[in-house]
Amino acid sequence: MPARSVAESVQPRAKSNQPRPVRDGVGLGLAVGVSGLAFGAAAVSSGLTVWQACALSLLAFTGASQFALAGVIASGGSLLAGAASALLLGSRNTLYGLRLAGVLRPRGPVRLFAALGVIDETTAVALAQPDPVSARKGFWATFCCIYLTWNITTLAGALGAGRIGSPEAFGLDVVGPAAFLALIWPRLKAGRTERLVAVGGAAIALCTTQVLPIGVPVILAAVAALAAALARPTGQQKDAA
Amino acid sequence: MTAAWIAVLGTAAGCYLLKLAGLTVPQRVLASPRVRRFAELVPVALLAALSAVQTATSGHSIALDPARLGGMAAALLALLLRAPFLVVIVAAAGTAAALHALGVT
Repeated sequence: MPARSVAESVQPRAKSNQPRPVRDGVGLGLAVGVSGLAFGAAAVSSGLTVWQACALSLLAFTGASQFALAGVIASGGSLLAGAASALLLGSRNTLYGLRLAGVLRPRGPVRLFAALGVIDETTAVALAQPDPVSARKGFWATFCCIYLTWNITTLAGALGAGRIGSPEAFGLDVVGPAAFLALIWPRLKAGRTERLVAVGGAAIALCTTQVLPIGVPVILAAVAALAAALARPTGQQKDAA
Repeated sequence: MTAAWIAVLGTAAGCYLLKLAGLTVPQRVLASPRVRRFAELVPVALLAALSAVQTATSGHSIALDPARLGGMAAALLALLLRAPFLVVIVAAAGTAAALHALGVT
């Protein structure tokens, strides 16, 4: 799901003192949820069924990981490599959860449900609020709104792509790669380290494509992130985006 | 159950548990700046790699398909012009489809 709209929607509000957690959440949810269309189309073009695309959006509910699984399958990689890429990408949600735990303080069954909603956008909205009450409202409003739109649009995108014979004829084969580029764009603008990591990751994957099993080069690209993190662990401290 | 379903449900379960772990484990466990920085940078590395592989490879070989490259160039241009997410996607797909229709392969 696009981090660009997170930054654009949340940052101006964070500067004002008037908390508007629900408006932030719903606005962001409507804007981001629509990109489920792209996921549904990419998933079905990659060979997943409509129901598998929907199951991912309902249960995994984290855009980048879902796109990654579909992407690795689309390029002919093994299901295991696809799942491993998805889980590596999903690991950032663990860090979001750590940040949110102190704000949301969820207990019992609520925590099990809240966990599903720990993603880029809910974290961005919650942490942009000035007080815990607004943060909780923002989290739940964003979660509910994105969950609804993301799942409805996944179904619509999957059904639409499923009726198309040749994905290439409609340019659907570039939906995935273009979505990835758009997803990391705000980070590429954020700093030189991010750009180096992106170029390094892409180079590692392209150079090893001919010798490693399909899907594995993408996982190996994480080495670029590891090297950068070990070399300059502090970097710039950004909350969610 | 097919292998694809196992991968889908396994991915879903794993992604959920990663989220739940963040809400559950003590705050200090993952507080190291290196771990934090790694988690910030992993999406950049993996998504850049995925984008490159899907744009410029086919199976085990480098494959430069003009329609795909044109689509990605359109996406890049749209991003430079600060277009919103869906406009970027539509620009990429539309350009690739047009090049494909024109027989540029």
